[in-house]
Amino acid sequence: MARYAMVIDTGKCVGCMDCVVACKTENNIPDGFSRDWIVEQVKGKFPNLHMEIRSERCNHCDNPPCVYCCPTGASHIHDKGGVVLITAGKCIGCKACLAACPYDARFIHPDGYADKCTFCIHRVEQGLDPACVAVCPTHCMTFGDLEDPQSEVSKLLASRNHHTILPETGTRPQIYYMVK
Amino acid sequence: MIDPSLQIWGWEIPVYLYLGGLVAGIMIISGYFLFSGRYRDSSVCSCFISPLLGLGLLSLGMLALFLDLEHKLHTWRLYTTFEIASPMSWGAWILILVYPVLLASMIIRLPESLKTRQGKIYSWLTRLSRVMNSLPMLVKNVGILNMLVGGTLGMYTGVLLSALGARPLWSSSILWLLFLVSGLSSAAALVHMITRDPGERVLLAKADNGFLTFELFVMAIFIVSLTSTSAAHLQAASLLLSGSYAPAFWVFVVALGILIPLLIQFLAVNRKIKHTSLAPILVLFGGLMLRLVIVYAGQYSHWLGSPHGNSISLF
Repeated sequence: MARYAMVIDTGKCVGCMDCVVACKTENNIPDGFSRDWIVEQVKGKFPNLHMEIRSERCNHCDNPPCVYCCPTGASHIHDKGGVVLITAGKCIGCKACLAACPYDARFIHPDGYADKCTFCIHRVEQGLDPACVAVCPTHCMTFGDLEDPQSEVSKLLASRNHHTILPETGTRPQIYYMVK
Repeated sequence: MIDPSLQIWGWEIPVYLYLGGLVAGIMIISGYFLFSGRYRDSSVCSCFISPLLGLGLLSLGMLALFLDLEHKLHTWRLYTTFEIASPMSWGAWILILVYPVLLASMIIRLPESLKTRQGKIYSWLTRLSRVMNSLPMLVKNVGILNMLVGGTLGMYTGVLLSALGARPLWSSSILWLLFLVSGLSSAAALVHMITRDPGERVLLAKADNGFLTFELFVMAIFIVSLTSTSAAHLQAASLLLSGSYAPAFWVFVVALGILIPLLIQFLAVNRKIKHTSLAPILVLFGGLMLRLVIVYAGQYSHWLGSPHGNSISLF
């Protein structure tokens, strides 16, 4: 069983938002909505400040509350790679999944269903990288299978310090941010 | 720049939770009257009209829920599956159970206008009513069913929110009890207003005092448990205690919704003042405000260190 994950090097990310534009173009995201976004977080006290730039999206959690709370089974875990997906035709737009996601990664598509990052599963199944990974000009994002110890993502996580977002919520997120 | 922290639910969900809690309370109260045999002593027992009221209020609540759905044409999807981990799925099926139980209670004492009507269905209903009345154990069991299904419905209105751990204000293991007791106090207030039985009015005022006192106690535990869980929960509690939702919480929920009606009803049951509709109206208002404040403040509450904490989120 594959376990897809994304590893993002925060030291390389410059916040250019190419990933955001690529996602919107690839997935035909309507105006005013976005499946990924850039966060600039400043930590420390002046003059010892540190800024982390992160490209964020759905964390495709191993323990996804958005899937558990869905009353129709529209939110589900894909057979391959543990990717969290939504079947638009089954979604009633109750917004429980929006409330359940601590990352606020979901939104209601103007057509009435919940929408979010799919890890570009349609591209991944063709052997391609997700659109955001493919266009990154600083190559700060790496996508791959954590179950394969020889994959790039496994090697990066084994060799670099990293963190996830809000691990205390118990969701076991699968987007890893590498730090120095 | 975009702020992905969405206003998820508007007025519809608090109204749905409020009406659900109110119907739950009505079912528990009328179920108790059926179970205890009180319905036999009084021809004007509220347990004969409250099921009809419950049906109307529940249908209004479901209308509010329907209005909130973004994909309304797919509502039927709720009933093509049962998702065991989803409180909303549980709720959808519980609501289906509530209707027949309320109908069964209605049949015990059919309205006079219905009995005199001509038609196969009316004579069939009258016959069924007669059979039910000749079997006290059956009526008792309908009472038990009312209490069980009503209790489950009341608990569900809280569990729906508390299962959403992403919002610290809601992720409390006692929210179900707070909403259940609030539903009971609102129902006691409403039935107190509509009942034509003076004895029942006094009984319900006394019961309501008990429910309101217990609600205050549960609310205190709810707040204390939030303040002692984590920094995120403490921040969530401060939204109610001193933050942007504090005026609504203290004035509308605690003072007008609980303390003042408690005082008025205490004086009324001790015969210092007359029973009026003021206290029940305040209790009903307070119950609605509780849901509004908890749902709105809950959506505002978030985990610390989140993208929306001390960071800027850019498109």
